[in-house]
Amino acid sequence: MKRSNKPIFWSLFAAGGMLSALIAPMLVLLMCIAVPLGWLPADTLAYERVLAFAQGAFGTLAIFVLIALFLFHGLHRFYHTLHDFGVHVGPGIKASCHGLAILGSLAAALLLFALPR
Amino acid sequence: MSAPRTYVRPMQGWWRRNAFYRWYMLRELTCIAVFAYGLELLTGLWRLTQGRDAFEAWRAALAAPLAIAANGLVFALIAYHAWTWLAVIPKTMPFVRLGGRRVPDTLFVALAFGAAVVASILVFVLVAGP
Repeated sequence: MKRSNKPIFWSLFAAGGMLSALIAPMLVLLMCIAVPLGWLPADTLAYERVLAFAQGAFGTLAIFVLIALFLFHGLHRFYHTLHDFGVHVGPGIKASCHGLAILGSLAAALLLFALPR
Repeated sequence: MSAPRTYVRPMQGWWRRNAFYRWYMLRELTCIAVFAYGLELLTGLWRLTQGRDAFEAWRAALAAPLAIAANGLVFALIAYHAWTWLAVIPKTMPFVRLGGRRVPDTLFVALAFGAAVVASILVFVLVAGP
């Protein structure tokens, strides 16, 4: 019997769901609301600070994991929610959802390597 | 011979029929916000590789009123996702027995919410700290 690939995608979904449940509200609040609105000093996310973080080993890993897992979580759940809306999903839509997440993760990895070192 | 015409219950708009289903659908649709935030991070990373001017232009774009409104919605949906995700944790794991008694679900929910608070404080210190 052909081995199912479901455990891989459900694991990535679960990992993304857990990570986003733990820290995503705070990340969005800081990055997309508090700093743009000036509740925190503007240099909190200044170019030099963010670049220095992204260049470090922890920063590189953290940014890659955040992007990859959030994309996998979002697209995997979206794929399953299409069924609830009465969309008859087939292998094409499944491949598109997971493929988009894989492409986004690859792009994140390439961009992280493209940062000036 | 034609196939028998049996009654098939229509499922069109099933989730609009009661509040429980509507909350369920909202929970499932929070995935769009998680995906959108992943894309925002990816865009920010892309702009970061292009240098200071590009990155600061991206930051200025995040401060536009429309961006703030959209991200407010993203925040609300992700917060709802976090709430529902942490609250169903006991249902996604096997029963845990301690000293012959089952550990109550409420303990795991409390631990999960506690972990989220601690993790969020760590993120705040990492981002906004010295």
